[in-house]
Amino acid sequence: MKCGIVVFPGSNCDHDCYHILKHVHQLETHWIWHKDEVLDSFDFIVLPGGFSYGDYLRPGAIARFSPIMKSVTDYANKGGRVLGICNGFQILVESGLLPGVLMDNAGQRFICKDLTLRVETNETPFTSQCTTGTVLRIPINHGQGRYFTDSDTLKRLKDNGQVILRYCDAKGGTPEEANPNGSLDHIAGVANAAKNVMGMMPHPERCADPLWNNVDGQMIFKSLIESSLAHS
Amino acid sequence: MTASISITPEIVAEHGLSPEEYARIQELLNRDPNLVELGIFSAMWSEHCSYKSSRPHLKTLPTEGPRVIQGPGENAGVVDIGDGLAAVFKIESHNHPSFIEPHQGAATGVGGIMRDVFTMGARPIALLDSLRFGDPEHEKTRYLLNGVVKGIADYGNCVGVPTVGGDIYFDACYNGNILVNAFCLGLAKADRIFLGKASGVGNALLYVGSKTGRDGIHGASMASAEFDDATEEKRPTVQVGDPFTEKLLLEACLEIMKKDWVVGVQDMGAAGLSSSSFEMAERAGMGMELDLDAVPRREEGMNAYELMLSESQERMLFVVEKGHESEALDIFEKWDLDVAVIGRVTDDGIFRANEKGVEVVNLPIETVVTGALKCDRPTQKPAYLSEAGALDLSSREIPGNCGEILKQLLASPTLASKQFVYEQYDHMVRLNTLVLPGSDAAVLRVPETDKALALSVDCNPRYGYLDPYTGAQIAVAEACRNVVCAGAEPVGVTNCLNFGNPENPEIMWQFQEAVRGLGDLCRFMDIPVVSGNVSLYNETKGEAIYPTPTIAVVGLMEDRSLHCTQGFKQEGHRIGLLGSTREELGGSEYQKLFWNECRGKPPQLDPQIELDVQRLCLDLIRKQLIQSAHDCSEGGLAVVLAESCMTGQEPVGAAIELNGSMRADALLFGESQSRIMISFAEDALTEIETLAEKAGVPFSVLGSTGGQNFQIKIDRKEFINESVLILEDAWKHSLSRYGNRVA
Repeated sequence: MKCGIVVFPGSNCDHDCYHILKHVHQLETHWIWHKDEVLDSFDFIVLPGGFSYGDYLRPGAIARFSPIMKSVTDYANKGGRVLGICNGFQILVESGLLPGVLMDNAGQRFICKDLTLRVETNETPFTSQCTTGTVLRIPINHGQGRYFTDSDTLKRLKDNGQVILRYCDAKGGTPEEANPNGSLDHIAGVANAAKNVMGMMPHPERCADPLWNNVDGQMIFKSLIESSLAHS
Repeated sequence: MTASISITPEIVAEHGLSPEEYARIQELLNRDPNLVELGIFSAMWSEHCSYKSSRPHLKTLPTEGPRVIQGPGENAGVVDIGDGLAAVFKIESHNHPSFIEPHQGAATGVGGIMRDVFTMGARPIALLDSLRFGDPEHEKTRYLLNGVVKGIADYGNCVGVPTVGGDIYFDACYNGNILVNAFCLGLAKADRIFLGKASGVGNALLYVGSKTGRDGIHGASMASAEFDDATEEKRPTVQVGDPFTEKLLLEACLEIMKKDWVVGVQDMGAAGLSSSSFEMAERAGMGMELDLDAVPRREEGMNAYELMLSESQERMLFVVEKGHESEALDIFEKWDLDVAVIGRVTDDGIFRANEKGVEVVNLPIETVVTGALKCDRPTQKPAYLSEAGALDLSSREIPGNCGEILKQLLASPTLASKQFVYEQYDHMVRLNTLVLPGSDAAVLRVPETDKALALSVDCNPRYGYLDPYTGAQIAVAEACRNVVCAGAEPVGVTNCLNFGNPENPEIMWQFQEAVRGLGDLCRFMDIPVVSGNVSLYNETKGEAIYPTPTIAVVGLMEDRSLHCTQGFKQEGHRIGLLGSTREELGGSEYQKLFWNECRGKPPQLDPQIELDVQRLCLDLIRKQLIQSAHDCSEGGLAVVLAESCMTGQEPVGAAIELNGSMRADALLFGESQSRIMISFAEDALTEIETLAEKAGVPFSVLGSTGGQNFQIKIDRKEFINESVLILEDAWKHSLSRYGNRVA
């Protein structure tokens, strides 16, 4: 199994994703420099978190023009699995691979903290190892993570089962207090219609090393690995 | 053109140089300097760059030890942590800019300290910030707090270095001068440490990073004067940070430092191109020749004066071996950074700079770097001490309802949870943070080893005000105690000495006493001071801040799995105290909050008892006999116990029985030193008692964890009985309510 991590100038969770995939999940893991234009035969690729291009203009707005993004788009259109985490999610939204936008947090402040997410469907390569309705504890770390889209798109997302993760409380409920950033309908992660591209604001790589008590983030990576195995 | 202006006494004064200093320049050069040269002297002989007031005192600090690889004098200190690795760290102030423009001031403070660490060849793995703000009710305090925190967040988060801790105090003495002291820790290979040395005749000087702009000119001089009504007009002397470029610079530097043809490197910090080039040449005993036309710049028409003195951020000066210039350019260009060869190392000890083929600077390097007049500033014990030192408790009423007092203490911004602040910082990136913010010390794993490093920064300014010698000692003791409570052994100290105007003999006395206290305790505890920074002139219209010798301590633990945290772990554990409590209320938060005064003596510190308590605590953690350890300091026993109740995985109550050996308020809220609160399983009691007796450390069992309430009885009489959840609400949300309040 072979996976790749795209490094944009300003990516800063790239090393963390690399560590989890390479050392914890023992995968053949490659760096992909943003100036590269060709993607090899990867089983999946990850767009990591960070501040590509300093988040100048808008998070992801400049990175979408990096040479590699054309290849990422082609790769995704051919069914390749792409996981975008935090800034990676923002880049996927900016490049049109995922619907919606990510706005400034409702509180106008950056938030770094542990919180809980509900898995809305396990019928995706990113959640196949979870039970639908399961609650995962995974931290967020962003200033612009407030998901928004128009009501027609929201309806379509719901009808197609493209809302993959929602912010929730410890028991899986979705009261207002459990929404950290004002995201529409508590949305924390969405997929494209074909479900081969997913973006999520929380950072699964931050709770996937057995050094910590919480390894809930492994569920996302295990799902990707298992579904890639089944696929190949 | 600027070089041809003749120097008048007015121009000399505008450059912050005294007539004596100017006469010395004329004498050393045997001629008048031109304007560019005068600007260079002004920056290099400023207090900020030359340490002219502080150096005689700093020389007395202990800086050596078996682990020390690099002591003070370089960009950062370096301590050997075994396995071929070194911890590289320093703390530095950015006080003046942060008061004028809190967001950019704090941001560039963080940027500067990170560059100090990665110029040494280390990857930064953690940041701490020690912040001091004015009275919470002062009209500017909330604006400054929010601005500084956002500045730190915007910069550190973007670069991807976690901000894992720090400390924050509020006191009216900072109304006109806030403090922003930023600390950075990096990891490097012990045999790959880079120094700021420009050796090797003919080697190339490489400018890399952002282009030079007209920002920050005379920042070093600005930081070497008091504030007055015109301070706001100095906003343009504050630099503007670009964390994105810093991130690229960081990665590019670490990449190029794998090459063996890199000779030396230095950050262009205060006094920019001037200080970096002069200091690098001076350390190597060499000269330098610069072609200013080659310096990348943001705008046309910048002259030599501006290029030499700009403090534009995110710039570095590299010296690489002759013949490797193009390889170096390739690496920096890969990262889309501006880079240029701007000069060569020469052997004659002279600094020359040319602009359009004309020599505009010709200065002997050693004269500029080491020639500043040493100030043997007079000292005098401050007059306020005889009055402030007196405290007669007998006229003070002892309160009955201590539960209410506890709630108010927990909600006071200085003692309240800093969650509101640290949640705005990325404190997890790079997956090293084993103990997140909110315990006594942050704990970082050392990747690819079983080790961990614990970090703490501390300084209680009220103690320093009442007795700067003891105040500085307590700052060291407490920072060490915090690190020990995490299970680590202190291995190095870095300090940031924040004081008022050194030309005032009373301030200079405070400085001298604080340095003496710092040195004495570090010597006693055998911990070297490996780096530091001095910030003077923290004074507005004659009102100086309290002496604030901020101390950061790095501790090492060989086995990271044996780290300890402050929160109670479960119901049914026993609670005990290492050390003993005296009747001491001078300088306490309780005194400030309820009597609105800061007087008396600060808590006393016995270095031997301090060391014994710390060693015992470390022993108990390593033997896995205790479940939690919490430094017992600000707010006293009651606050510290409540914190342990609130900061475990789940909140848990506690029932405490104390013996009434003194005033109830002193027992509950006094801040006696050398105390650590521990919790443990019942079956560990006998062994703890034995070890404490052997160590000669007083040890008492105070009660047990359990239930929903936090309860303290003194001689069987109830003084506090409050729901932990209610206490937690007061403590946890106080600062966010304050920070988010719309005035």
